[in-house]
Amino acid sequence: MFLAWSAIQLWTLGIVGLSFALYIGIAIYTRTSKRSEFYVAGAGVPAVANGMATAADWMSAASFISMAGIISFAGRDGSVYLMGWTGGYVLLALLLAPYLRKFGQFTVPDFVGDRYYSWFARLVAVCCAIFVSFTYVAGQMRGVGVVFSRFLEVDVTMGVIIGMAIVFFYAVLGGMKGITYTQVAQYCVLIFAFMVPAIFISIMLTNNPIPQLGMGGTLSGSDGVYLLDRLDGLSEELGFAAYTAGSRSTQDVFFITMALMVGTAGLPHVIIRFYTVKRVKDARMSAFWALLFIAILYTTAPAVAAFARTNMITTVSNKAYAEIPQWFKTWEDSGLIAWMDKNNDGIVQYTAGAPFGTVSGDSKLLPHFAGATDDAAARGPHGQRLLTNPTSEGTNELYVDRDIMVLANPEIANLPNWVVGLVAAGGLAAALSTAAGLLLVISTAVAHDFLKRVIKPDISEKGELLAARVAAFGAVIIAGLLGIFPPGWVAQVVAFAFGLAASSFFPAIIMGIFSKRMNREGAITGMLVGILFTAGYIVYFKFINPAANTKDNWWFGISPEGIGTLGMLFNFIAAAIVCKFTAPPPTEVQAMVERIRVPEESA
Amino acid sequence: MSESTPSTSPERHRLYWRKNLSCLAILLTIWFVVSYGCGILLVDQLDKIRLPGTGFKLGFWFAQQGSIYVFVVLIWVYVRYMNKLDADFRENGDSGSAND
Repeated sequence: MFLAWSAIQLWTLGIVGLSFALYIGIAIYTRTSKRSEFYVAGAGVPAVANGMATAADWMSAASFISMAGIISFAGRDGSVYLMGWTGGYVLLALLLAPYLRKFGQFTVPDFVGDRYYSWFARLVAVCCAIFVSFTYVAGQMRGVGVVFSRFLEVDVTMGVIIGMAIVFFYAVLGGMKGITYTQVAQYCVLIFAFMVPAIFISIMLTNNPIPQLGMGGTLSGSDGVYLLDRLDGLSEELGFAAYTAGSRSTQDVFFITMALMVGTAGLPHVIIRFYTVKRVKDARMSAFWALLFIAILYTTAPAVAAFARTNMITTVSNKAYAEIPQWFKTWEDSGLIAWMDKNNDGIVQYTAGAPFGTVSGDSKLLPHFAGATDDAAARGPHGQRLLTNPTSEGTNELYVDRDIMVLANPEIANLPNWVVGLVAAGGLAAALSTAAGLLLVISTAVAHDFLKRVIKPDISEKGELLAARVAAFGAVIIAGLLGIFPPGWVAQVVAFAFGLAASSFFPAIIMGIFSKRMNREGAITGMLVGILFTAGYIVYFKFINPAANTKDNWWFGISPEGIGTLGMLFNFIAAAIVCKFTAPPPTEVQAMVERIRVPEESA
Repeated sequence: MSESTPSTSPERHRLYWRKNLSCLAILLTIWFVVSYGCGILLVDQLDKIRLPGTGFKLGFWFAQQGSIYVFVVLIWVYVRYMNKLDADFRENGDSGSAND
């Protein structure tokens, strides 16, 4: 069987296999029977390691594979993701991390439940945490399956199952401790895998080995023409907007960016990463390390986006299919590129506009091929795969899946085969690390926040740990099923997760720390108002009436992706109003707030 | 052992908290100005200027790279300031310290 595999596939198998062996080794080394280790890694993780783990936990398959692709097609508008997914760390570091560490319990619902002295608040928090984490994890498991299928020609389902098995192993054995140290290893793999092609391509295109600088540099082999200027020019020639110009409205960009930043600071799987360090000052320092490690990728990604877009336009646009580079055909075989020769001239025209029509039943534009890759009858006169999609107006003939921009980069740049294997391992590391963090939130929400704190407070440590492991197992199965049978709405639901985190957790925790007066009634009202408003808006525009999802129908011109910001404001306002008319928190709670605000006593 | 104001006195806590809050106010203002100001609200105006020696339009650069660098520096400054503040308040007395 292996003899039929290409060199690329063997390299991929080798490197991915090695990385998996590493994760399993760490899992065995960190297996635990202590509750504190399962939930918060014994609160003994050093700040740098915790920063690396947080970075890997944060950077999912989306950050690794899709983000550069999204930016390469969106140009300046893609900045919402860059700023939105990093700026939240400033909020975490300054407004949340040190206080939650001082609070010292295990989870976010712990804080909400204790601070607002209410089992109902805790329950709302538990439901939110579980919902947010499940929606997020569905995308991750799917990502794992997709990477396997793209690189190893393993069926997506099999890929998801393998991913599930690996995550299950180190999450259930070692809990947070196992997850944290595996994430450290995964960060190393993913950052190396992301940077190697980026550096090579930066050298190729601009003679500068530092992608961040190369992006602003001049094209090699030209006389002082800046890359970005050339890219702007190429884009406009083909009928696209200039790469460095934006097309979304300013207020929408503002609201989306804020929803992402605030949502980041409200995501349970990110917040719990700050419970695992030794002391408050380590919590702050670890936030610094986390953002530094994240920034390495996030400042490289826009460079990769610009390089990939330039490369793609120059190597593909107006080229005859017969002479097109091999990577084009390889990815066409995988279904990520499609060409409909509208004018029958054998030349690939790439311009703005849809290359073909959407097939009814698809939620977005997808190519439907007439036959399998080895079906000679399903190939056109130039050897291209034929499509069954309806045709469309406009000159554009080319469909390119955004994920290509990272996945195909090594091949576009003619990099050696092991780099391709490395990219596969990196994408898997990113997806698995995030999935593990999310699964842990779900399992602790069920075993600790729900079972122990609400239902059966006298449960023994062994019992609670067993429940946590069983819950982790159950969560892995459900996540796997969502990955194998993804509901069509997976991508939309991630925006949902951010919107909910922004409109429910973030305000509740902020008010809990910075206001001694905020009470149970106010906080619960605020959370419910925020959640219901945000959920209602998103569900209406994304599920009930997607045809109405256009600028004219949005409130204040804010898209569903940005509505979490408004939900957050409504949360604050509702909470403040209700709080004014209801009793202040009991003195023990006010004392607790005092306690988490003061500096630690020295050891 | 400190024989003057015990480290748990409410006024020292209040002073500590005030210093904490003013640090946050300054840092968050910079956070807002660099990301939302330079990267979003003023991006078109800033695009008229180029980052010298590069092909970057300034607004575009803030939105895609510059703001992230500033975020990292902001957290660094915060960590240093707060560690120092914590150390000052853990020592005995000196609630009216001049170390700003």
